[in-house]
Amino acid sequence: MGETKKGTYKLKTGLAQMLKGGVIMDVVNAEHAKIAENAGAVAVMALERVPSDIRKDGGVARMSDPKMIKEIMASVSIPVMAKVRIGHFVEAQILESLGVDYIDESEVLTPADESSHVNKGKFKIPFVCGATNLGEALRRINEGAAMIRTKGEAGTGNVVEAVRHCKNISSEIAALQKMDGKGLKKRAGEMRVPVNLVEEIKKLKKLPVVNFAAGGIATPADAAMMMQLGMDGVFVGSGIFKSSDPEKMAKAIVEATAQFNSPETIAKVSEGIGDAMKGLEIDKLETKMAKRGW
Amino acid sequence: MIGVLALQGGVEEHMSALKKLGVEAKEVRTPEQLDGLKGLIIPGGESTTLRKLIGRFGLREKIIAEHKQGMALFGTCAGAIVLSKKIDGEKEFIPALEITAKRNSYGAQLDSFEAMLKIKGLEKEFPAVFIRAPEFLPPTNGVEVLAEFNKKPVLVKDGNVMLCSFHPELSQDLRIHELFLKIAKVY
Repeated sequence: MGETKKGTYKLKTGLAQMLKGGVIMDVVNAEHAKIAENAGAVAVMALERVPSDIRKDGGVARMSDPKMIKEIMASVSIPVMAKVRIGHFVEAQILESLGVDYIDESEVLTPADESSHVNKGKFKIPFVCGATNLGEALRRINEGAAMIRTKGEAGTGNVVEAVRHCKNISSEIAALQKMDGKGLKKRAGEMRVPVNLVEEIKKLKKLPVVNFAAGGIATPADAAMMMQLGMDGVFVGSGIFKSSDPEKMAKAIVEATAQFNSPETIAKVSEGIGDAMKGLEIDKLETKMAKRGW
Repeated sequence: MIGVLALQGGVEEHMSALKKLGVEAKEVRTPEQLDGLKGLIIPGGESTTLRKLIGRFGLREKIIAEHKQGMALFGTCAGAIVLSKKIDGEKEFIPALEITAKRNSYGAQLDSFEAMLKIKGLEKEFPAVFIRAPEFLPPTNGVEVLAEFNKKPVLVKDGNVMLCSFHPELSQDLRIHELFLKIAKVY
């Protein structure tokens, strides 16, 4: 038996690297998971209710029933992710024990701790976390997150917040390029992260982990737009199974994400795929999920 | 010119390795972009996704045709599954190398691992990264096994096709890419 190392940061970030250019879809049961896999999803996110239903139903949203997560894991061969509440380290322990492939510490669920996110470096399982700006992304990475996604505004079918968060991060990274040692130190202080992390970002000119778009993506064009803005891939939550023809919509979003630079292909895949989810205006929301976490 | 199939997966990692080796390389998303390539790398990613996209965008037939004309092929992890003669019980997709690949054979992400590998023809061990890796069944014919882990083949070669179940594109070590460039006769 050769010697092996498991649960390393390289393995955690490496799995996210292999998801690039792909679409991760929210699914609530094994049947949905199969539809997602057949459409070409690179992974599924197992949860009890898609964000638009969480928004509609209200109440406290928690980690899903382990039974449902296990059924979804048994039904597909692609990676399975599942969500825990912000700061809920016991929900994370449960998901690790189930052997899911990735944990999403998510603002879509009701936060469990208002002062601390999960200490993700302690887990063998990799974590993805949402961010609205560079400071948030770097705080999550500093806690051990191996993948970042925009928060966007989940369950709205409105891409405007995902675009905002994507642009925030890229413009804040661009601003680092003009800063000297003193400026970087000050910036690190403002963002509450170690200065060497900020120096690394300046050098890389991007986040040191994979960064996906999430929160409000509802059409093939939305997905391709996020890719053209420089995101590494997309999460689609309510956008698939709240559309009028989920199979067609799922397939079209996968194809538009892969060929994001080809308007002809995006046009072709967007033909006759039924209606996208209805969608909501951000100003009229009762709950802004992106404000959860810090 | 070497191509990297750029529909999904670890594309920029392979591009960056080729760039460091000073080789001309391009991303491939359409059948036309395969014209005249000396070699094609199919990266790690999700093999079900890759197979669907390769099929839907008309790349499968063209990859097979160009390979017949001499284009070398290199598949890493999911890319190796795509190029295996048999995949689990399923029928062949792009049967470039006579071997059977079993998907997710080492288990889920918690079973992903790093290990040092002895590789035929390389002096020092190679730091290999296995992520939800497939397993190759021992080949029964002329396929050359260049590396094994726990007595199972993990790097195999036949003619101008090389497959590995790990991710050399995630190691800061270019020696396996160099091997492929020699196979593709561009190095």
